[in-house]
Amino acid sequence: MSLDQIVDGLSEVSCDVLVIGGGTAGPMAALKAKLKNPKANVVLLEKANVKRSGAISMGMDGLNNAVIPGYATPEQYTKEITIANDGIVDQKAVYKYAQNCYSIIEELDSFGIRFLKNENGDYAVKKVHHIGTYVLPMPNGETVKKALYRQLRRARILISNRYMATRLLKSADGRIAGAISVNTRTAEMLVIKAKAVILCMGAAGRLGLPTSGYMFGTYENAANSGDGYSMAYHAGAALANLECYQINPLIKDYNGPACAYVAGPFGAFTANNEGSRFIECDYWSGQMMLEFYNELLSGKGPVFLQLKHLHPDTISEIESTLHKVERPTRGLFQQGRGVDYRSESIEMHISEIGFCSGHSASGVFVDDNARTTVPGLYAAGDMASVPHNYMLGAFTNGSVAGVDAMEFADNHDFAEFDAADVARERDRVMAPTKREDGIPPNQIEYKTRRLVNDYLQPPKVTRKYELGMRRLAEAREDMEERMIARNAHELLRALEVQSIMDCADMAVHASLYREESRWGLYHWRTDFPEKDNENWFCHTLLSKRDGKMSSEKRAVEPYVVPIADDEKDLYDKQRIRATA
Amino acid sequence: MPLASYQTSVPVVVDDAKCIADKGCTVCVDVCPLDVLRISDMTNKAYMAYDECWYCMPCEADCPTGAVTVNIPYLLR
Repeated sequence: MSLDQIVDGLSEVSCDVLVIGGGTAGPMAALKAKLKNPKANVVLLEKANVKRSGAISMGMDGLNNAVIPGYATPEQYTKEITIANDGIVDQKAVYKYAQNCYSIIEELDSFGIRFLKNENGDYAVKKVHHIGTYVLPMPNGETVKKALYRQLRRARILISNRYMATRLLKSADGRIAGAISVNTRTAEMLVIKAKAVILCMGAAGRLGLPTSGYMFGTYENAANSGDGYSMAYHAGAALANLECYQINPLIKDYNGPACAYVAGPFGAFTANNEGSRFIECDYWSGQMMLEFYNELLSGKGPVFLQLKHLHPDTISEIESTLHKVERPTRGLFQQGRGVDYRSESIEMHISEIGFCSGHSASGVFVDDNARTTVPGLYAAGDMASVPHNYMLGAFTNGSVAGVDAMEFADNHDFAEFDAADVARERDRVMAPTKREDGIPPNQIEYKTRRLVNDYLQPPKVTRKYELGMRRLAEAREDMEERMIARNAHELLRALEVQSIMDCADMAVHASLYREESRWGLYHWRTDFPEKDNENWFCHTLLSKRDGKMSSEKRAVEPYVVPIADDEKDLYDKQRIRATA
Repeated sequence: MPLASYQTSVPVVVDDAKCIADKGCTVCVDVCPLDVLRISDMTNKAYMAYDECWYCMPCEADCPTGAVTVNIPYLLR
């Protein structure tokens, strides 16, 4: 039988801890859970293949948030991330990350992943952020996935590739009971009973449509369609600050990083068409993105990453990283356009919108133990609400989640779920395969994402959002009533569109709820142009209540690291001022 | 509603002379994050079945015979 032919089937397995998503946080969570209790069964479920899945499919060029003794302190890092996120941060989780991440670096080092060291053997940390020094290059960053995979095999983690999780199962008293998944090549369904579940399903990277019009030309790994956000939502978990979008400064059309974090420490900088700097700092924040946006619209654009003033040897060194790790086709792209960094600057642009705590502050709400608001359900990495995670945050918080989830599993038996929930989900999943006639998923996805661009891309205008909501509701009706999938691969895309649609709806709802502007471009509401600390110095939590989307305020936890009044707005001063 | 098939030039190209899928190799199909590669029933060689590419490179990097080339998708080239 050939791949992609639909098979009608349903089976059930069970494990102690189920980790969904085998990119960055997931493998670390699975590993730590297994090491915590080697007798327990840990299953790592992955929509693609753990060997090459997730944001670090081709490795990573460096750590962007390494808190290394001698260069930075956990207090300093916590302060910087708090300021960069306009103060809306539960510091406990950030501080815990900052304290733990160095030991994770040492552990990754023991896995064979190398970090740049100077002639004295110390880590060669570089400055990119506004205040502190946290960027550590990875000379053999292309080996990350292989090194992780070796550890997973060694620990005997049960890996199930090509299964897409679609919904979580809960008991009547609200505890996690497992998950329902679909084989992406046969459409056979698999129910996995579990005592604890960890969601590590990455960003919502296929929310907006890239300006190239190519649906898979996204900044995030295009497999990251926001399935985790959707699953958490339908399970009743709270999602924090989804109005704080992720928008990135990227190589125009290629839609990948240029990358200022790599080239900046060597002397590259972001410049306008006059060749002048206009932002103080290349670290990705909403405030920086607002200045980027303003520059593009001011007539002083296009905006470029400028390297041509650097020594040719330096440029070769930068190229050897940019064209080998993370997004290696960057070199091919520039070559195709005849762009040589020695003579020409890199044209930059603003990306489409997405959700990703890797670079912003939104996601499934978690505390400092990676616990969501559903007992037994955890989240880590780009989809969890700890801000500015990056890769090291995914590893560190994945580790926290793995340990805590195994403790939970050790102290609980399987929760009972209602068989009717499985039957209902099976009907929902398979519905597009039962229709003879209708609209294919690629058209529904294109339209949905085009609407996201037209109506949701900041600046956020209330009237546009209201219209966008109506248009999205029409697209949803088509999706629910008329979408067809003629093989298992198309069914995978059909299920992903449903995640994308849920994320679009959540983006609208969360954005309309917060009646102020905050986080620079990420949440710039023209009808409420000012920051309103009196009413909105708080998190917003979105959740499903009685079948409907609902939002509420949640107070910011008291700070662990105090922020002085004159430090609070440091990230608001991104634009370079003319000096006499 | 009737459906039409839609022409696209796909970014991943496989050199049939080098591809050893006919000898049982499925490396590129296995590693692709978007799951867009398949083995042809007619030629028994790997090919790009779905134009849904992140131009990320595992297929090219992991191919044991160097048969796979990833190009930049035309729309963003």
